[in-house]
Amino acid sequence: MAELFIELFSEEIPSGMQARAADDLGSLLTKALDGLNPRDLRTFFGARRIAAILTVDAEIPARSVSERGPREGAPEKALAGFTRKHGVTPDELTLENGFWVLNKSLDPVSAESRVAEAVPELLWKFPWPKSMRWGAGSNFTWVRPLRRIACLLDGHVVPFALAREGDDAHGLKASNLSEGHRFLAPGPFEILSGQQWQEELETRSVIVDMDSRRDMVRTGVARLADQHGITVVQDDGLVDEVCGLVEYPVPLLGKIDAAFMDLPAEVMQVSMRINQRYFALRNPDGKAAPYFAFVGNLPFKDGGKLTTAGNERVLRARFADARHFWDLDRKTKLADRVPALAAVTFHAKLGTQAERAERISKLAGTVAQAMWLDGAQIAQAERAGLLAKADLTTGMVGEFPELQGIMGGYYAAHDGEDEAVSRAVAEHYLPRGQSDDTAKAPVSVAVALADRLDLLAGFFAIGELPSGSGDPYALRRAALGIIRTIRDNGLRLDLTELFAQAANGRTGGELAKLPDFIAERLRVQLRSEGERHDVLAATLAGGLDGDLVRLLARTSALSEMIQTEDGRNLLAAAKRAANILRIEDKKDGPHTGAPDPALYTQDEERALAGGLDQAVPAIETALKEERFTDAMQAIAALRPTLDRFFEAVTVNAPEPEVRANRLKLLSRFRETTALIADFGQIEG
Amino acid sequence: MSATRPLCFQDLILRLHQFWSEKGCAILQPYDTELGAGTLSPHTTLRALGPKPWAAAYVQPCRRPSDGRYGENPNRLQHYYQYQVLLKPTPEDSQQLLLDSYRAIGIDPELHDIRFVEDDWENPTIGAWGLGWEVWCDGMEVSQFTYFQQVGGIPTVMPSTELTYGLERLAMYVQGVENVYDLDFNGKGLTYGDVFLRAEQDYSRHNFELADTQMLLTHFNDAERESMRLAEAGVAQPAYDQCLKASHLFNLLDARGVISVSERASYIGRVRALAKAACEAWLAGEEETSHG
Repeated sequence: MAELFIELFSEEIPSGMQARAADDLGSLLTKALDGLNPRDLRTFFGARRIAAILTVDAEIPARSVSERGPREGAPEKALAGFTRKHGVTPDELTLENGFWVLNKSLDPVSAESRVAEAVPELLWKFPWPKSMRWGAGSNFTWVRPLRRIACLLDGHVVPFALAREGDDAHGLKASNLSEGHRFLAPGPFEILSGQQWQEELETRSVIVDMDSRRDMVRTGVARLADQHGITVVQDDGLVDEVCGLVEYPVPLLGKIDAAFMDLPAEVMQVSMRINQRYFALRNPDGKAAPYFAFVGNLPFKDGGKLTTAGNERVLRARFADARHFWDLDRKTKLADRVPALAAVTFHAKLGTQAERAERISKLAGTVAQAMWLDGAQIAQAERAGLLAKADLTTGMVGEFPELQGIMGGYYAAHDGEDEAVSRAVAEHYLPRGQSDDTAKAPVSVAVALADRLDLLAGFFAIGELPSGSGDPYALRRAALGIIRTIRDNGLRLDLTELFAQAANGRTGGELAKLPDFIAERLRVQLRSEGERHDVLAATLAGGLDGDLVRLLARTSALSEMIQTEDGRNLLAAAKRAANILRIEDKKDGPHTGAPDPALYTQDEERALAGGLDQAVPAIETALKEERFTDAMQAIAALRPTLDRFFEAVTVNAPEPEVRANRLKLLSRFRETTALIADFGQIEG
Repeated sequence: MSATRPLCFQDLILRLHQFWSEKGCAILQPYDTELGAGTLSPHTTLRALGPKPWAAAYVQPCRRPSDGRYGENPNRLQHYYQYQVLLKPTPEDSQQLLLDSYRAIGIDPELHDIRFVEDDWENPTIGAWGLGWEVWCDGMEVSQFTYFQQVGGIPTVMPSTELTYGLERLAMYVQGVENVYDLDFNGKGLTYGDVFLRAEQDYSRHNFELADTQMLLTHFNDAERESMRLAEAGVAQPAYDQCLKASHLFNLLDARGVISVSERASYIGRVRALAKAACEAWLAGEEETSHG
C-alpha cells in the first residue's frame, strides 16, 4: 500500500466553491481508483489550492474478466464488431450458454500507472460550477488558472502530463512542488509526504486545514472582543467565507466612528457583512458596539496598524453611503410609497406588489378577526399589511435586499405609525429561516400569516408548485412559516377556511392540493423533531384538520397512549381485528351493521359489546371537548375486555350466523378506534 | 505606503505609465468619445477579439450620468478616471504583475491586506463576460481583474487579462484622503476639486434636469441606424464609435428618468446588437489580414 498525495495549486478560488471542490476531488479519486482499494481519504482546501491524501494498494492484482458477446448464430457483422472492439480474433471466443464469450486475463496494474491514467482524465472533466480558459490556446479549463499539479505516491512523482492531442494544456504536468504564502513565502518547495506538506505549509504561513483556520478566526475574534468587554455576533457562514479568503488568518479589531452609531444596528451589520466581510460586535446590553472585527491574510509587520486604519476608512465611506439612503428614505413616508408599488411586478400572473399589498392588508384583517383580536388591532393588521411591502421602493432596500421588512419597520416608526403597526411591518417576514424565531406580537402574527397565505394561495392557483428539488418561490418555507407561527402561538385557526379567504375568489389551478401540502410540511417538521411520523399519518388519515393545534394535541395524546402497556396491547388487538376483518371480508364481506345481542353465545362477546357501548359516547364527548387524553384512556380501557375476547372466542364459529355476528362486533370495534385515528398506519 | 510623501494624482498615473511601459505595453491616450468604462474603449473591446497578441495601457475618462451627485458626495462622480491594462494572451504571472504595480505606487503588500475576492464580471451592453476578482486593499476594492471569456457575444479565442484601476479611489487610498475633491492633484497645491468640482455640479444638472430628452432619443435612433449601416459596410471601428454613442445616449436618457423598467432591457438589447455587429465586422477584418 502507498500514500497518494494530490494538490492542485491555482490562482484564488472563490471562497464558496472550495469545500465542494475538495469533496468532489476526493469522491472522483475514490471512484476512479476503485481497483486500488482507496481508503483513509482526507481532503484540504483553501484560497489557492485543493488537495487530497489517501491510501491505495500498490497494484490492481491480476484478474480475469469475461465479456458477453453476440448470441450464437447472430449475424457475422455483430460478431466481427465484437472482436474488433476487443482486438481479438474469433477463435479466442468460447460458447457459453448460447452466447459468444471472451475470457480475458488482465495483467496486474501498478498504482502508478493507474493514477497516471486516471488523474489527467479527472482533471479535464472536473465539475467546477463555472470555469475558464486562459493562455494562448489550450481548451483545458479550471475555475481560475491552474498553476501547479503535485502528485506523489509515497513521495515519488507520478509522471503524467495534462497535454492531449493538439492541446498542450498549458504544459501542466505532475511534479513534487507546492507553494506557501503568496507574500510571506513566495516560490516553490519540495513535497516529501502529506504530513511534511502540511507542516512545511505551516512554516510557510499557510494553514491548510480548514478547521484550524476556523478555530484561529473564532478564538482570535472572541479574544479581541473580550478585551473590550464586548461579544461577537455569531455568524458561521461569515467565518467560513473569510476562511476561504485567507491562507493565514489574523483577526484584527477596528473602531466605528461615533458619528455613525445612530444608524440602525441591522444596517451597520449588513453593510459590514455583505460589502466588507466584517464581524459585528455587541455591547453587554445587546446594542451595537462601536467596533468591527476583520480578518487579515498575514501577520503584518506593523501589527496591523496601517491595515486597520485603512479598513476603518473604508467603513466610514460605506456608512456614509448608508447614511445617505437612511436620510433620503425618511423624507418620503412609507404610506406614500404604496402607490409606487404598482410599478413593481410581483409575478407576471399574480400582478404587482401594489395589488399584493391590498390582498395582504385584507387578509391580515381576516386573520386578525379569526384570532379574536379587537377592532383596533384588526385595523392595525390591515394597516401593517398595506405597508408591509412599501420599503421595496426605498434606496436602502434597493442596496441591501436582506433588510426588507426591517427597514420598513424603522421607517414606519419614524412616520409615527402605531407601535404595533411598525413592529408588524418589521416582523412580518419572520421566521426567515429554520433557526429564526416566529412572530409573537398579535398584529405581527396576523400579517406574517396573511403574507404567506397569499403567497401560497396565489402560486397554487396558477399551478406553480414546488418540484422535487426546485422551489423558486420558497413555498415550502412559507408553509413551514405558517405551521411554526401557529404552533408557537397556540393559535386556534381554521386553515381550511383561511385558504378559502386567501384564494380570494380564485378557483382551480392546484388550490385543492394546498391542505395536503401543509400536511406534508407538518410531517417533515415533526419527523425532524424526532416525532413518529406514523402516528401523525394515523391522525391525518381522514384529511388535514385545519386546526393544527387540535390536530397536534390529538397526535401527541395518541403518541403517549401507544407507549403505555394498555395502549400497546390495544394497538395489537386493533391490528388483529383489522386483519381478521380483511381476510373474512374478502370471503363474504363486508360485515357491517349492528351486531344482534340475541346471537351472542359467550359472556366475552357480551362484555365487549357492553364495553363498546360505554366507550363510544365517552370517546365522542371527550373528542368534542378536546380532552384527547381522556378519549385515549376510554379506548385503552377496553384492553382487558378485548384480551379476554380474543382468548376465549373463536371468531370463525362453525355456525354462519354466529360467525357473521362476531365479525360485525369486530367491525364495530374497528369503527370505534377510527374515531381516534387510523391505527393501521401505526407501525409496531 | 513608503515613508516619503504620497503620490499626487498625476504622479500616480505617471508611475503606472512608467511601470506598464517597462512591461512592454503600448501606452495609449484616452479614447475620444464618451465611455461608461475603460473596457468599452476599442483598444480593449475590439483588441480582445481574434488571434493576435496585444498589450496596451491607457487612462480612460468614464462617464456614468446617473452617478452624478452635484459635487456633494465624497465618493461618487459622474465623470472619473480608470487606468486600463489589456494583456493578450493572459501572462502566466498576471497576478504578480498587478502586485508589482502596487509596489510601484507605494503599496507594500506586507503592510497592507491585499486579497483576490471572487468576481464574475459581466457587461450585458457589449455581450461580454469573464472570470476574475475584485482586488481589495485593506477592505477597499482598488482594481478589477478579469480573464475575458467572451466579448460582443463572441468567445475570445485568445483570452486576455484585463486590469482596471479606479484611479480616484486608489489615489484617495494612497493619500489617506476621505473626500475625492480634496485629492492632491499635482503636488503643487492644486486639488481634484479645483479641476472637477464645477464640472460635476454642472453635469449633474445637465444629466438629471436639463438634457433635452427628445433630442437624445433622436440621436440614439440616428446612432443606431448609422452603426448598423457602417458595420454592414465592414468598417468596424466607425461602426463601434456609433455603438458607443448610442450607449452613452441611453445612459443619459436613463439618468433623465424617461426609460421605464420594461423599456430598459430592450434598449440594452439594442446596444448589444450594435456591439455584436461591430465586433463581428472587426473580427472579419482581422481574419482577412491574418490570412492575407
